[in-house]
Amino acid sequence: METLAMHISNGIIDGPVAAVFAALALAALTVCVLRGRRDLDDRLAPMAGLVAAFIFAVQMLNFPIFTAGVSGHLLGGALAAMLVGPWVGALCVAVVLVVQALIFGDGGVAMLGLNITNMALLGTAVAYVLIAVLLRVLPRTRAGLAVTAFVAAMISVVVASQGFVLEYWLGGTTDLGNNLGGLAGTMAGVHLLIGIGEGLITATTVLTVAKVRPDLVYALRSLPTPVAPAVPVAGGAR
Amino acid sequence: MKNRSWAFLAGGLLVALLLAGVVSNYASSHPDGLDSSLLKGCTVDADDNIVGGSCPAQQARDHELADSPLADYGVRGVQNSFVSTGLSGVLGVLVTFAIGAGGFWLLRRRDTTPTDGSTPIDGTTPAEGDAATSTDERRHADANG
Repeated sequence: METLAMHISNGIIDGPVAAVFAALALAALTVCVLRGRRDLDDRLAPMAGLVAAFIFAVQMLNFPIFTAGVSGHLLGGALAAMLVGPWVGALCVAVVLVVQALIFGDGGVAMLGLNITNMALLGTAVAYVLIAVLLRVLPRTRAGLAVTAFVAAMISVVVASQGFVLEYWLGGTTDLGNNLGGLAGTMAGVHLLIGIGEGLITATTVLTVAKVRPDLVYALRSLPTPVAPAVPVAGGAR
Repeated sequence: MKNRSWAFLAGGLLVALLLAGVVSNYASSHPDGLDSSLLKGCTVDADDNIVGGSCPAQQARDHELADSPLADYGVRGVQNSFVSTGLSGVLGVLVTFAIGAGGFWLLRRRDTTPTDGSTPIDGTTPAEGDAATSTDERRHADANG
């Protein structure tokens, strides 16, 4: 069977740059642990474990995109941000990436900081900012929720792909001969298509959870709504 | 946790196990967006092996743990590829859930009463003495004091 590698492999980015991003990712994940603890209660903790397990499962499902011979798969940042919030969400994706690197030989162990930076940190952060803005602007309907999930997921995937381009600019092991723009364009184009798949999966999953257990959708629970009376919040906005 | 939360958790895990254990066998085996972008400049055969040209993917080196019994989403020693992929997916879901749920359970805050399913998680829980003081409230107390 074809080897199933989905993340940055060893040798693609040089060691020093990978080490810098490992330190960066570790620092950012520490912040996520500290901030995420405020969100993690007896109810959210097992749900966050489920979100991580679900993202692991769906990442295995490479889907074909319109470009022949290329597949895409869920990254999961937007889904995690929607369901468990940005801090715990980033930790969920990071758990998946660590399990994949240490047990499934997917994504070099030395490259873990780069992969975490792109997918767990950048992807989740961009998605959550978009979710916060879109939920405020769009009508509080199922359609509004679906559009929010779709758009946040799609754009977060494209931004995550550009995170790799930045890393390649800093420490790529092949001299592209001033053609970094070519790599950026290729990555953006293919990930825009993958982003459509990511958006559909994210919107479907979020709508399903919102229908069964709306109280388990973090974004619906914690973001201020324009229609509902303001909830007295101790200590200001998160 | 209430019964319906357990039911949701069990249902969600079952879906994840089915996706990773069965549906994963129908996944596309073509290189993903990252790999295909790194293959640009090279020519590949029908199995996506590099046969010529030059591209970033040629710099890829072996994984540190390429000998892991579950490397490349298969179980070493299992000949049937359907079973091998499915079993590795099931194990992956269980391990990820165990590490995730276990880790988050250890990290969870224990200083507030668990909120009821229908109430917002923020602020509305009345404080119950010292044990219920949230980080935010503590910070305010510090600022006031």
